Amino acid sequence: MVHVSATPVLALRGVSKRFGAVQALTDVELEVHAGEVVALVGDNGAGKSTLVKTIAGVHPIDDGVIEWDGRPVQINKPHDAQNLGIATVYQDLALCDNIDVVGNLYLGRELRKFGILDEVEMERRSRELLSTLSIRIPSVRIPIASLSGGQRQTVAIARSMLGEPKLVILDEPTAALGVEQTAQVLDLVERLRERGHAVILISHNMADVKAVADKVAVLRLGRNNGVFDVKTTSQEEIISAITGATENAVTRRAARNAEAQK
Amino acid sequence: MTTDKTSTAVVNPEAAKGADIAVDPRLLVREQGLGGYLTEFKRKMRGGDLGSIPVIVGLLIICVVFQSLNSEFLSAKNVSDIAVTMVATGMMAVGIIFVLLLGEIDLSVGSVSGVSGAVVAVLSVTHGMNEWLAVLIAIASGAVIGAIHGFFFARIGAPAFAVTLAGLLFWLGFMLQLLGDTGTINLDSDGVVGKLTTYYFADVAAAYGLAAVAVIGYFLSAFLDTRRREAVGVPSRPIIDIAIRTAVLAVFGFGAAFMFNQYRGLPLALVLFLVVLVGTDFVLRRTAYGRKIFALGGSVEASRRAGINVTAIRVSVFAIAGTFAAIGGLFWASKIAAANQGSGGGDLLMNVIAAAVIGGTSLFGGRGRTWNALLGVMVIVSIQYGLALEGIATPINYMITGAVLLVTVVIDSITRKTQKTAGRA
Repeated sequence: MVHVSATPVLALRGVSKRFGAVQALTDVELEVHAGEVVALVGDNGAGKSTLVKTIAGVHPIDDGVIEWDGRPVQINKPHDAQNLGIATVYQDLALCDNIDVVGNLYLGRELRKFGILDEVEMERRSRELLSTLSIRIPSVRIPIASLSGGQRQTVAIARSMLGEPKLVILDEPTAALGVEQTAQVLDLVERLRERGHAVILISHNMADVKAVADKVAVLRLGRNNGVFDVKTTSQEEIISAITGATENAVTRRAARNAEAQK
Repeated sequence: MTTDKTSTAVVNPEAAKGADIAVDPRLLVREQGLGGYLTEFKRKMRGGDLGSIPVIVGLLIICVVFQSLNSEFLSAKNVSDIAVTMVATGMMAVGIIFVLLLGEIDLSVGSVSGVSGAVVAVLSVTHGMNEWLAVLIAIASGAVIGAIHGFFFARIGAPAFAVTLAGLLFWLGFMLQLLGDTGTINLDSDGVVGKLTTYYFADVAAAYGLAAVAVIGYFLSAFLDTRRREAVGVPSRPIIDIAIRTAVLAVFGFGAAFMFNQYRGLPLALVLFLVVLVGTDFVLRRTAYGRKIFALGGSVEASRRAGINVTAIRVSVFAIAGTFAAIGGLFWASKIAAANQGSGGGDLLMNVIAAAVIGGTSLFGGRGRTWNALLGVMVIVSIQYGLALEGIATPINYMITGAVLLVTVVIDSITRKTQKTAGRA
């Protein structure tokens, strides 16, 4: 059951980004609604990471408009994005191995009582959060090092949920995970959608995309190359949009011939 | 946000149900009761999570060996002397532990302690300044020196090893310059610094009182914590567990108090050391600042992304190391009742680092407690005193201390390997 609101939580209108001579993004459009998982796919160098970083405030955009809940906003710093309610979970995990799960969840925003860490309250809230997300880990008081890769990824995602974000960006959350662990993470992505979060999922894995995404936005060479509805689109169509296979030697020859005949 | 809000926002009833039945066969949650301790203990052993066990076993062996060689070893006088002597090295080890938790090293602590002693001597003896003020200036200069090292490491990005090695040489020269031509300035043994290691609370009640305060304080804090945990429904430590720990603490606390009262009473130096240990342990484990230090020892990148000011924490940690080096220097000066050219040199630096590591602080960062300083320094000073009683010369002392350090580092490394295979590194 997917509720899609009328106004998108986040909308990019004609966003462009240059790095010196390199045009990384050109006129990119993207819409994400609450309770919707949008997969962002594309070949290496297609501009997925750059696009995510512009939304997360790491790289400010050069041209175009970012709309948040229908209003144009400026995102110039990571802090701006966080204040709006955008949480980003990066590919390389940002967790400390030697600290336990509770400590990692609250790292940098510890709950305090008279200046002293309120461990009991943090532990209670952590357990509550993990159980609402149905995250299964042995104990919230064991170091992150003891957890499997999938469990760590779920903790990293749960950590982003503490700020109660409206939009969660997941950068390759299942890369380097095993089958069972990938399933755990995908389950969690579905739960985020059920709870009404907008989700942008970057992935290389078409099976994952087909499994959890509602829409697929394809980037190719820094430009939009189609937005597809996952249910009605075949995997081949998406892949050909990613690789630009629709534009191959045969189609080019056909186009040239057609032009020559004119 | 509040998680209360999120919990009501669960749309999927299956997910909520899943939370109740979330029992993974690999769950490592401890069984309740005493049986649980045994299984937990065995699991920790297999997982290489030895904690302080090796060093406590080592201390027992040291006591048994030296006591069998010479019955003077565990006499009240010897134990009391060990307790006083270890404070200088121990204070400096506390500072080193802060740096080790970051996964860094500070080689300058010996020289900085020498500077501190020299500053006090020059200001109070040569210039006739109020001794309290001189002590404060000495400690503050330690903090400033540490902060300078921290600045070059954290802000400029020079390796801490190289920066503090440079500091070792520079501050050694600085101390010699301060002391001037005579090279030795004697301190008034009845002054503030002099009293640090010579004052004893002769009243029998003092030692027993401190032991009682420690035991009651420990029990109350553990008991109240358990009550609070039970109240909000998170796992808590069973009361029997608290009782056992309190009993062990009481045996050691009152045993030590009895020992001290057999000789000259409770040493002031030891009281100050214990206060520092309790205070620093509290800072490291119960405050956001301490949590940040551990986080930096675990992953600098993760800490940075969590919004931690990495540079500020690093500079402050080196300042803390400098401060404790200076405090250690005061105890050292008090012990020899002078500031001389040998202060802060010799094997002091190595003993400080060895004490931290022998006590169980990892050289790899992110693992350790300041209580490790107490255990480690007890081992080192006990060996020194035991060998001195036997009339064995310094060369053998160095060799034995070196061997103990090697054994400890080997244990630390093997522990890490075992922990990695057991997934607990």
